[in-house]
Amino acid sequence: MISKTSTFLAGAALALALTSSAFAARTDLTLAIQLEPPHLDPTAGAAGAIDDIVYQNVFQGLTRIGPDGAVLPSLAESWTVSDDGLTYIFKLHGGVKFHDGTSLDAGDVVFSLDRARADDSTNAQKALFSAIASAEAVDDLTVKVTLSRPQGSFLYNMGWGDAVIVAPESADTNKEKPVGTGPFKFVDWAQGSSATLEKNADYWGEPVALDKVTYRFISDPAAATAALLAGDVQAFPSFPAPEAVAQFEGDPRFSVVIGSTEGETILSTNNGKEPFNKLEVRQAIAHALDRQAIIDGAMFGFGTPIGTHFAPHNPAYVELVETYPYDPEKSKALLADAGYPDGFKATLKLPPPAYARRGGEIVAAQLRDVGIDLEIIPVEWAQWLDQVFKQKDYDLTIISHTEPNDIGIYARDDYYFDYHSEAFNKVMAELDATADEDKRYELLRQAQEIIAKDAVNGYLFELPKLGIWDAKLEGLWHNLPVQSNDLSKVHWTE
Amino acid sequence: MLSYALRRILIVVITLLAASVIVFAVLEIVPGDPARLMLGINATEDAVAALRQQMGLDQPLVLRYFEWIGGMLTGDFGRSYTYSVPVIDLIRERLVVSLPLALMALALSTLIAIPVGIFSAARRGTAADAGVMAATQLGIAIPNFWFAILLVYVFAIALRLVPAGGFPGWDAGIGKALAALILPAVALALPQAAILARVTRSALLDVLGEDYIRTARAKGLPAGLVLRRHAMRNAMIPVLTILGLQFAFLLAGTIIIENVFYLPGLGRLVFQAITQRDLIVVESVVVLLVATVVIVNFLVDLAYAWADPRLRRR
Repeated sequence: MISKTSTFLAGAALALALTSSAFAARTDLTLAIQLEPPHLDPTAGAAGAIDDIVYQNVFQGLTRIGPDGAVLPSLAESWTVSDDGLTYIFKLHGGVKFHDGTSLDAGDVVFSLDRARADDSTNAQKALFSAIASAEAVDDLTVKVTLSRPQGSFLYNMGWGDAVIVAPESADTNKEKPVGTGPFKFVDWAQGSSATLEKNADYWGEPVALDKVTYRFISDPAAATAALLAGDVQAFPSFPAPEAVAQFEGDPRFSVVIGSTEGETILSTNNGKEPFNKLEVRQAIAHALDRQAIIDGAMFGFGTPIGTHFAPHNPAYVELVETYPYDPEKSKALLADAGYPDGFKATLKLPPPAYARRGGEIVAAQLRDVGIDLEIIPVEWAQWLDQVFKQKDYDLTIISHTEPNDIGIYARDDYYFDYHSEAFNKVMAELDATADEDKRYELLRQAQEIIAKDAVNGYLFELPKLGIWDAKLEGLWHNLPVQSNDLSKVHWTE
Repeated sequence: MLSYALRRILIVVITLLAASVIVFAVLEIVPGDPARLMLGINATEDAVAALRQQMGLDQPLVLRYFEWIGGMLTGDFGRSYTYSVPVIDLIRERLVVSLPLALMALALSTLIAIPVGIFSAARRGTAADAGVMAATQLGIAIPNFWFAILLVYVFAIALRLVPAGGFPGWDAGIGKALAALILPAVALALPQAAILARVTRSALLDVLGEDYIRTARAKGLPAGLVLRRHAMRNAMIPVLTILGLQFAFLLAGTIIIENVFYLPGLGRLVFQAITQRDLIVVESVVVLLVATVVIVNFLVDLAYAWADPRLRRR
């Protein structure tokens, strides 16, 4: 016979269990990203949307880039660098398994590095691996990488999404069924609609709080706003509609976090074409640009003005916005000196994003004020890549360069800016060879100053990261030092 | 009737062949390299070349055309450049959303439009008729994406009756799937219903003015019976034509609605494929849609023959 007391206690225990589970934080998350990736293998495509889903969550590399841009250990728990900077010895974590059950060993690292730099490799960032001369497995958990020349940025490069470690057994099918070592396993991808990840129960590192994550692809600004308001998605880490942000700012249900990205939005100038090959003309254009007006008009006030090709949140950043301050009169005088007292005509090719189409109208109006008459030509991405980027068939264009720490593009001989500077190339060569952080910062500052003074391009603003998510959600990145939606620290507070 | 049908089938085949040639040719001369687009601005030349070879883009044009046509006839639509999955799978996944949506919208628009058209024609010249005319005018004038956003704000955000968009898949349950499709179907149906109501009304008015209608009334048949037995069948021909055209439009012309509700439909597939230069998907889907339009029109032609016995004798 069950006594009344024990029944009561059993009832109380049950009630307690039920209520505590009701108060336990939820463990599922639906977040939205703007673009759908073409596939899910970050080592075979340039689309940032691939990294948005899989970088750090599904795939991991030897190192990783943290939320403030610092290089942190990932699959490699430690490393040593030889004095001449040519030999790196990485010690891998033990007991790491891929999602298909196979173990991670040094052989997989060698395979990944060799695959990325092979002749028939389709890795979009092959340049990251160009300094590697050889990679070999010293033992099961130790990898020795030998460089052909010292490369100060090597550890940072290995933290890119394009440098993640893959297994030979699954490398060929990673595009549809990604198999990595990360805290989340790939479950399903409904093309056009959503992608789902679930917690990896056998993860080698710190356990994550979320059990299930669903990514939805929403590009339309009105649809994005509606989805958040209706609660269909709980987070939009890079919200596509600056015009709608105000709606969320006063709402206690949402957190609005404005951060910075690595996207330098610039007025790219064809330095090889008349009249842009003249320094005075480029300086005149720089004086004619009112950055704040462009930010207010094109980005509804979100965005930081920049004076050079570098992200303001970076510790090596130099404030160079005032190199050529907004001064239309000075601009006209410079144009007259250069031989264009009545200005000149040129074309402005604009790719699809709103920052380019809206910003372009404002830039054209500002340049018209000093006599430069621009014909706006809207182009699609494919046309932009073909005409502007490949064939250099353009005068001016507006584009955001979102690759992190990419100031080195100004040293590339056939890049679409057509800019050649001995001084700059020298600084870049030295930077490549330097591993000491303070020395690197000094060289980066010099590099920024050179291209700012040469007014290679019109430096407009840094793209902001508009993060809007449920007020009860914590752990999402505030800034975007590298394209990622690292979910390892994300949790619900109730 | 048989020779009529056979003649129409021949026209279908010739149209499809011509369409396939034109679609293929146009897409090949469009600028933009799919491989370069996929790998982005930092990629090296040899990475792009390697991808082009992998995608089979370096083969001669005529060879690629015949490979493509041959494949389509055996059901192999090729592999998408961007997604690397068979195109037929992509199309099937999208049709699962677009086809029910198109059918729902068509059903809704017919259910609204035909009774309204009949009502209006029967009361021609009265205030009721004028009211219906004004309403249909409004229905045609309102942009359907604006109406869609309005529906979202009222039913999804304010009332939380249905999701604001997206499609959970049919395995999430018929109820949930239909709930996701109802708002887009309404947004699509209303302007179509407005057009259809007007067409029904004017077709009926034409027929109601005929001699045989007057004869039937003179013989004493009630107005309702005259309408149903004599007038409707003859008024059906223009209505059927419009319905056929609307179905084809609903299947792939709904790109804007699919964007507002972020539905993984056929319209969005084609649009994304165009921007990503996924030529195989664009070619296959366009030819598929041409085939659908042609076949639907063929069925409408057959339906004419059913509705109008005079056509059967030719």
